[in-house]
Amino acid sequence: MSAPAKTNTVVAGRPGRARRLGREAALCLVLSALALLVALLVIGGGDYPMGPGQVLKVLLGGGEGLENTIVLQWRTPRAVAALVFGAALGVAGAVFQSLTRNPLGSPDVIGFSTGAYTGALLALTLVGGSFVATSLGALAGGLLTAFAVYLLAWRRGSHGFRLILVGIGVSAMLAALNQWLVLRAEIEVAMAAAVWGAGTLNGVNWSSVLPAILLIVPVLAATLAGGNRLQMLEMGDDMATALGVPVEKTRLLMIVLAVLLTAATTAIAGPIAFVALVAPQLAKRLNQGAGLRLVPAACMGALLLVTSDLAAQRLFAPVQLPVGVVTVSIGGIYLIWLLAREGRTGSR
Amino acid sequence: MAAPATEPKSPEKTQTKRGNHAALGTATVPGNPGAGRATPENAGTTMQRASLLLCFLVLLVLLALASLAVGSKPIDLATVLGALVNPDDSADHAIIRESRVPRALLGILAGSALGIAGALVQSMTRNALAEPGILGVNAGASLAIVIAVGTFGINGFSGYVWFAFGGAVLATGAVYLVGMAGARSNDPVRLVLAGVALGAVLSGIGTALALVHPAAFDQLRAWTVGSLEGRSPEILLPLALAVAAGFVLAAFTGRSLNALALGDDTAKALGYRVGRARVLILLAVTVLAGAATAAVGAIGFLGLMAPHLARRFSGPDARWMLGFTAVLAPIILLLADVLGRVIIPGELEAGVVCAFVGAPVLIILARRKKPVAV
Repeated sequence: MSAPAKTNTVVAGRPGRARRLGREAALCLVLSALALLVALLVIGGGDYPMGPGQVLKVLLGGGEGLENTIVLQWRTPRAVAALVFGAALGVAGAVFQSLTRNPLGSPDVIGFSTGAYTGALLALTLVGGSFVATSLGALAGGLLTAFAVYLLAWRRGSHGFRLILVGIGVSAMLAALNQWLVLRAEIEVAMAAAVWGAGTLNGVNWSSVLPAILLIVPVLAATLAGGNRLQMLEMGDDMATALGVPVEKTRLLMIVLAVLLTAATTAIAGPIAFVALVAPQLAKRLNQGAGLRLVPAACMGALLLVTSDLAAQRLFAPVQLPVGVVTVSIGGIYLIWLLAREGRTGSR
Repeated sequence: MAAPATEPKSPEKTQTKRGNHAALGTATVPGNPGAGRATPENAGTTMQRASLLLCFLVLLVLLALASLAVGSKPIDLATVLGALVNPDDSADHAIIRESRVPRALLGILAGSALGIAGALVQSMTRNALAEPGILGVNAGASLAIVIAVGTFGINGFSGYVWFAFGGAVLATGAVYLVGMAGARSNDPVRLVLAGVALGAVLSGIGTALALVHPAAFDQLRAWTVGSLEGRSPEILLPLALAVAAGFVLAAFTGRSLNALALGDDTAKALGYRVGRARVLILLAVTVLAGAATAAVGAIGFLGLMAPHLARRFSGPDARWMLGFTAVLAPIILLLADVLGRVIIPGELEAGVVCAFVGAPVLIILARRKKPVAV
């Protein structure tokens, strides 16, 4: 009845679709450029410092022997991992926030990170924890947990809110188990576990990063391709069905894709907190109310993670912090700043 | 919070609406039979609720008695009652008076405080997933503990408990300032986001500091689990005072909670002062959650799940919900504590058992029917 009038005002109140898309493209371009610039700084930092120009020269093939080894073999994997993992986490977060229609949604809501930590902790405390054992433990723990949560929440269809509640319940159990394992472990093992549990890019190399990237890139492409369906799901199950979207199938597919993105990242770098949660929200705010969009979330995630990694390297210079400690701080501070600014201006 | 028009009209839904009307239209004692819209059916449910609440109270008392008897040295109930009514100098009586009674009291106080704090946060933010930790309580307390141990070299529970309380209060205050400042000051989503943001910053700093100070890490991992064991009895009095203050504040806010559930605009139209109500609620949450968390550790999950369980029995009226939560939460915590003493030799921390007892309940509740929104 009043629907047409409402639609009209909405259309009149907002810029046209083309302008909106143009602005979104510009935003993504700026974010990506910033992320690449910070990545150059990450590669340039360390015991053998190099300027961004020098790094760029080496990357383009104009380097000497030692510089080549340092840049291409030692430092680039870390920067590339930060960019790709950040994008993956940002998209995974956007998918979950859209599916659960909750700004606090993230792959954590179905217990993935907590389960991965449990798996890694078991690998560390029982098997001694080589890199491969920790990765496999994390992967198995995370995927089993996500699967269990989805099954437990299934009852004639999956309901967003039920999924979150079940996820919180399962996570709480696993978190308690994790705390207990940490409490009972030797202090050295416990602290090593805590570094992994915070999420860290220290010591990644091509042989660990490449398999993850090979998995992430196609999954990321598939997820981005499903972005439009995701937006229709946001209108509600009934409306989406009426528009011809197979609701349950889409939801399951998007969850699987988002979990794969998180899984590949977590197996290599540990559960890096807060990127998945905050990147979509930041992108949405910078995009001025265009809703949760996947591509800006990916660019924002890459920028957030690579900047955090730079800070983790440089802040307490000889001591390398786990990047997860910085992501929570940087993400949190930025969110606080945005909230404060919104509060002052009273705009969105 | 789904639009009622799109819902199939289940009996439960109708009852929900009627319940809200009764509570708001009369704004007196909940379900008062003399109040305008109350039907005989309504009066019946009130009676049922009251007797159900009484049953849970009895259960809590029985559980408290059981917690006095169970432990590494089992003591039979006759001796337990003897120690309470007619104490003498025997070893059993000393154990009960000096170790187990304070522990049971700690469980009751901290449990109900965490439960009420969770219920208040969920109602105020209109987010059924909120828990006291979302306002930065846990992050603030653990950062304060890390600073106390790592920087000032303070060791042991009674040394850092006040730091933990101070940290929790400061963190919640900061969350309030960030979330409530500015033009759209009454948006609860802002409060939740501010809590998440600030909590993240504080826990990030806390983790970084803990990784640099192994001693602080050692204390922190013990505190984080959450336990009723080894707490000094001296904290009971301050905790009791804090809980009493929190309960008084919570009692004052019960009616505004019902109004806030309908949205800020409706609440204002009904004559409630929304901003003041929020401040009172937040004050209550800070005192309750801060004191309980400092005393027993980060058992925030109790604050999340107890209100969900309580809502099953209380219906939508916030005042009944608070009452049921205040009794159900300590039941869960005491049960977890007692189970933890008997499950394995040595002891399993109450926080761990609490999650393993509470989480399946939450999952079953979530599966049973369409989850009840706040």
